Parts: sequence; structure tokens; C-alpha cells
Amino acid sequence: MAKATNDAQLLIQSIHKAYAATPTNLKIIDLYVVYAVMTALIQVVYMAMVGSFPFNSFLSGILSCVGTAVLAVCLRIQVNKDNKEFKDLPPERAFADFVLCNLVLHLVIMNFLG
Amino acid sequence: MAKQLKVHVFLVLICGSVLLSNGSVIRPISDAHRSAATELFVPSHDGSFGSLEETYEALRTFQVLGVERSGDKTEGICKTVSEKLSLPDSTTKDIFHALKIKGILGCSTELVDFDGITSRLQYVINDASSLLELYYSLGGLLSIKEQGQNVILSDVHATFQAIKALSQSDGTWRYDTNSPGSSTFAAGIALEALASVVSLAGSDIDQSKIAVVKKDINKLFDRIKRYDDGTLYFDEKNVDPDQYKGPLGTSASVVSGVSALAAVSSEKLNIGGEKISGLAKFFLSIGVPGTTKDFFYQINSLASLESNRVSIPLILSLPATVLSLTSKDQLKAEVTTVFGSPSPPLTVSLLKVLTPDSKEVTHFEKKELEYDQENRIHFLDISNIDVGKYSLIFEVSMNDPELAENYATGGQISVTTFLTGNVKIDKAEIAISDSDASSESVKKLDLSKDSMVSLSANHLQKMRLSLQLKTPLGKSFKPHQLIVKLQHESKVEHLFVPDMSSKQYNLVLNFLGLVEKFYYLSGRYNIELAIGDAVMENSLLWSLGSIELDLPEAPEKAPKPRAQPVDPLSRFGPKEEISHIFRSPEKRPPQELSLGFMGLTLLPLLAFLIGLLRIGVNFKGFPSSAVPASFAVLFHGGIGAVLLLYVLFWLKLDLFTTLKALGFLGVFLLFVGHRTLSYLASTSAKQKTA
Repeated sequence: MAKATNDAQLLIQSIHKAYAATPTNLKIIDLYVVYAVMTALIQVVYMAMVGSFPFNSFLSGILSCVGTAVLAVCLRIQVNKDNKEFKDLPPERAFADFVLCNLVLHLVIMNFLG
Repeated sequence: MAKQLKVHVFLVLICGSVLLSNGSVIRPISDAHRSAATELFVPSHDGSFGSLEETYEALRTFQVLGVERSGDKTEGICKTVSEKLSLPDSTTKDIFHALKIKGILGCSTELVDFDGITSRLQYVINDASSLLELYYSLGGLLSIKEQGQNVILSDVHATFQAIKALSQSDGTWRYDTNSPGSSTFAAGIALEALASVVSLAGSDIDQSKIAVVKKDINKLFDRIKRYDDGTLYFDEKNVDPDQYKGPLGTSASVVSGVSALAAVSSEKLNIGGEKISGLAKFFLSIGVPGTTKDFFYQINSLASLESNRVSIPLILSLPATVLSLTSKDQLKAEVTTVFGSPSPPLTVSLLKVLTPDSKEVTHFEKKELEYDQENRIHFLDISNIDVGKYSLIFEVSMNDPELAENYATGGQISVTTFLTGNVKIDKAEIAISDSDASSESVKKLDLSKDSMVSLSANHLQKMRLSLQLKTPLGKSFKPHQLIVKLQHESKVEHLFVPDMSSKQYNLVLNFLGLVEKFYYLSGRYNIELAIGDAVMENSLLWSLGSIELDLPEAPEKAPKPRAQPVDPLSRFGPKEEISHIFRSPEKRPPQELSLGFMGLTLLPLLAFLIGLLRIGVNFKGFPSSAVPASFAVLFHGGIGAVLLLYVLFWLKLDLFTTLKALGFLGVFLLFVGHRTLSYLASTSAKQKTA
């Protein structure tokens, strides 16, 4: 048993070290994704507590968080220099796409919010 | 139900009176006609009654009826007449009517150019175009001659032939040589035109020509039509919708034509008094007409009949056709001309009295009616005839046999009369007996006393009601309606009709068989007796009393009584109020909880910002030089503005405004973003290469 926890601790430490090597901008994006998902989770907990009465509001809130998380993930994929597929895509272009898609998403969200 | 029975009785009385009028009560022209004429013919503001034709009809009607009209603007009418006569382009129809009005009113003849009019009319006659033109122009010439001028018809023979040529083989006439259709109405006009020719010709005419026309008249009279009560009239065989005048107009035209021709022919036209009498009855059977045209047709025709040379019709009429034996009414009849003028001395006899099934009342012999000189009424005492509806057959004969040819008395005349009286109810009794008919408790019923019987019976017993009905002369009477009604307290009713057997009416109710019909309802039943007939002066609805019926319990499958009719007015009363149930609002969480969670949602944002700081975010990449920096600022500002727009959109804007603003901001943002990002891209590319 002690070995298991030891292994787990070693695992976590190695992941931590590996992660520290990632570039800063990717870390920002990762933090953003974590933030969006946390917000979504809090909304789900609230809905579980009080019931889904204005269901459209609940959906739009959830969808906003999830949608922006997905777009951030797409941005991370495109910006990551280790990704061979998007080698020729300038990161500014990817960022512009990210901004534009977010704006469209949030327009729809605001309409659905009610 | 009581209302229904009363309505039944009422309906019987109405049917009785309707049947009476179906025999069309014929009465001579009376003051009712004169007052109706005054109301119907209303002059307009200038004194005329519409067109010249309508004015002539009104004036002729008033002339015949002898209605004195003060305040008539005769000068206005005379002036119109003179104007029409002096206009060069007035039609022959207008000239015809104008001259006739002149004749009636006696307008002054100063300003009228009679020679001019005569030559114009003569020209039309020579042209011999159509029947109506010939009729109007000949009629105009005749009016001029009657007003004292000297008029000579140029070619009598040709004119006579022109009219005669239009006749058809069946007695009708065509309107002109071109039109194929012929009509009886045209025949009347043609005969009148021929009469005008004869009277204009004076002694020049050949009477053999008139003999030929007599054949046409006979053929015409062969087509006369007949109603059941003996009235005769003329009608068209082929109806032309534009020209059809109806039986009244057609008959009026023929009567005018035939009487005009009879007046000018030296020999008598043998048409027969019966036809004259039948036509007179037809015109009188209309009663008081409702339109001005009908009035003119009726009155003008009756005037022609009254003064015609064939035979003058005499009308037998009864002032009252419902006679009451209780008030000892006498049968009264009067014989007058169609206009109510007195007739020469004659005798009226009552030949037969017929019951509705055409059987003769046996003990009745032919009786002559006595004559009351003062009131000019023939009367008879009929107290030996029993109550009932009868057809009385009369016959009129002149006292002076030489006058019989000159008057048409109408042969045997049938008039429907009602003799009414009080019917007595005799030996009325009601009894309850056991089913084996052993004992009977009989109660006598008397209409004069106000007492109500009260009986009781159970379902094993029988109820018997019997009575006799007697007429004033003592014979047994069979009324139209004799109904016994039993009404339960809950308003459920049952009707029964007693049987008649040798002068007595009997009703036996065996309750054992009626239990199911009565819906097993026990309780108090009111008994009512309804007797009704047209000739009963004392038709009655007699509430006899009540009977307590004890019926067994209803089994499971017994029929329930029909729902009683609801008071019809209650359907329109206010209905019950509907309260709208609004959707109950959803249960909302307490406000503190919601606000707490809102705060909780902002926590991850804080965590995000703290994490950013921990990572070591910096603004080094922000462009330093002025122009790119401003673009970068605008870029971030633009994004912020869009987000602010979204907040406003959520709060109060609608989609269209938002989209419009978004359009502008989006274009701006695109431009600015493009500049900023391309600057950044170029910077990083420089860094790479450098």
C-alpha cells in the first residue's frame, strides 16, 4: 500500500515537472479551460440544488462555458509549436479565429439566455 | 300542457275561420274600398300620382268609387295635361292618357290644338304599326270625339282589317306582325280598339264585320278558367315574363274589351249570364287590393260589368256567416249590384242545407226568405237547425220575369256558415272500481258547482269517466276535441281520449296496464277535461279534481320519464362564471441562495486571474510604438465594446438593434484586429529571422 501511494506521488511529481516545461502561452490557455469548466460545474451543482426551472438559462450558461472551453482547446492545438499539422498557421490567425468564434458564440448565448 | 290544449282549441277556431274564407266570402264594393283607395293613391307634391298612366288610373278609380277629394291639385294636373298635349314629341300613350284625364277632370279646352293632335293620331293609325299604337291612337281619337270635337276616321275598313289581321285562331291576339307570341291581354286591347273603330265610324260600319269578331270572342271565352267556388277568370297560356299581367290584369283587359264591343254592336253578344256572374265574383273575391294597379283593374272592370249590355251581375252576400243560436241570430242575406246599389225586386230562397260531408239535412224544406223593405235585407229564422258547419244553397229569382234576361243572378249560390251554440254536459260522473268490477264508488261531476273531487286508487283498480254532450236542440254532440289529461305533481302528463258509444262518452283507465306508461310515479295526479269545437260557444278546460295513485316501485330497467321542457327563457339567462386558473409560478429558490451561487461562480474567475499571475503573465508583447499601440488599444476596446453590447442586448435591446450595432462594431473590429495582429505577426517573424 505504501508503494502505491509512493508510486502515485512519484507519478504526480513527474507530471508536474513535465508540465512546467510547457510554454507560457499554452499554460494560459490551459488555465482558461480549467476556469471555464469549473464555472460550468458550479452551474450544474446549482441546478441540481434548485431544479432546472428556467431551463433555457441553464443551458445557455452551460453551453457558454463548454463552448468557450472547446474553442480554447482548438486554439491550443493550433498554437502548439510541436503540432506538425498546423506548422504553417500563424498563431495570430488562430487567435483571431478564437476571438471571432467566441463573439459569435456569446451572441447566441445572450439571445438564448432570456 | 294546459297552454297546448288552449292553443289546440284556438287553432281549431282559426281553421274554422280559414275554411270559411277559402270559400272566398264575396261582398260588394263598400266604404272599405273607398277609404283604402284614399290611402293607397297618394298624390305627389305637384298633385299628380306619378306618370300620366298612373294619374289616369287614380282619377278613374276615384271617379268610379265616387270618392270626393277636396284639396286635389286639379289645376296642376290640367296644366301637365295641356303641356303634354302641345308637345310635338309626346308618345301616343301619353296623348291617350292625357286626353282621358282631361275627360275625367273636365279641364278647359282653350289651349289645346285638337286638329294637330287629330292629324298626328291619324298618321299613326295609317302607319298601322303595332296593336298598342293603334289602341292608343284610336282611344285618343275617341276621347276627342267624346269631348265635342268633330272627328272622322279616314279609312275605317283598313284600320279594322289591320287590327283583325293580328288575331290568332284560338282567340288570342298578337301585338304586331313581327312578334310571334300572342296573349289574352292583347285580345282585350284589340277588342277595345275594334270597339273604338266602330264608334268612330258611326253608321258607316258594316255589322257583318262585328259578327266575325263575335267568333273570336266566343273562342276567347272558351279558354276561360274556373275556380271551385264558381268564379271565372282569364289567364295566359304562355307566360312572357316582360308582358305578363297576372290573371287580374288579363281578366280586366278582356272585360273592358268585351263590354266596349257589346256597347257598340247592335246585336247582343251571347256570352251568358253565368260567365258574367262568374267574372264579377272573381273581381269581388279579391277583396280590397293592395296595389294601385290591382285597384284600377278591379274597379274599372267592375264598372264595365255594372253598366254592360249583356247582363248586369247581381251579388248575394251574407253580412254575417257565423250565427249564434244562443243570441237567436237570424239568417240575413242581401242582393245588390257589384257596387252595392239596390237591385230590382227579387226573391231569395234557401234551397238546401248541406253538412260538410255533403249530406242534406233531412227535415229541411225549401224556404223563401222574407224581405225587410227598410233595411233591404232578406231574412229567415233558423232556430230549428242544430249547431254545426253548413253549406247553405241559395237561389235568386227576379219578381218580374221580363227582367230576368238583363240580370245575371249566378244560379245556385253556396255559402258556408257556422251555427254556434252552447253545448250542455250531461250525466258526467267519475268512478273508481276494483278490477273484478265488484264495487264502484261513483262521484257525480257538475260543471256549475266549483267543487273538485279527490279520489284515491291503487294499481289494481280502474277509473271510469263518462259523460254526455247535448246540443241546444237536444241531440247528442260529437266535438272535435275531447281529451282527458292526468298530470303528476312532477309535471309529467298523460292524455287520453274517451270512446263514444251510442250518445255517451266513456273512458276507462285500467291502472294495472298503465303502470309502465305512468313511469311508476305514485302520487297526486290532477285530472283535467278539455272539450273544444268550432261551433261550441262554451269550449272549456275543466279541472275535475285530483286522484292519489299508489303504484308499485319501479324495477331497475323501468323507463324514466322524459325530461320536462325547460322554461325557454332560462336558456338565455346568465351562465355560470368560469374562473381562469393561472399557471402557478414555479417554485423559486430563496434569493440568498441564488446570490450566493452567483458569487460562487465568480470564484473561478478569481482563481484564473491568480493563476495567471502565478504563471508570470506580462505585458511585454504589447507594442510600444505609437501607431501599433493605438491599434492594439482599439482592438481590445472593440472586443470590450462588443461584450458590453451583449450585456445591453441581454438587458434591454432586441436582436435587430444588436445585430445592426454588431455589424458596425464587427467591421471596425475586423479592421483594427487585422492591423494589430498583422503587426504582431510581422514582429514575431522579424524576431525569428533575427
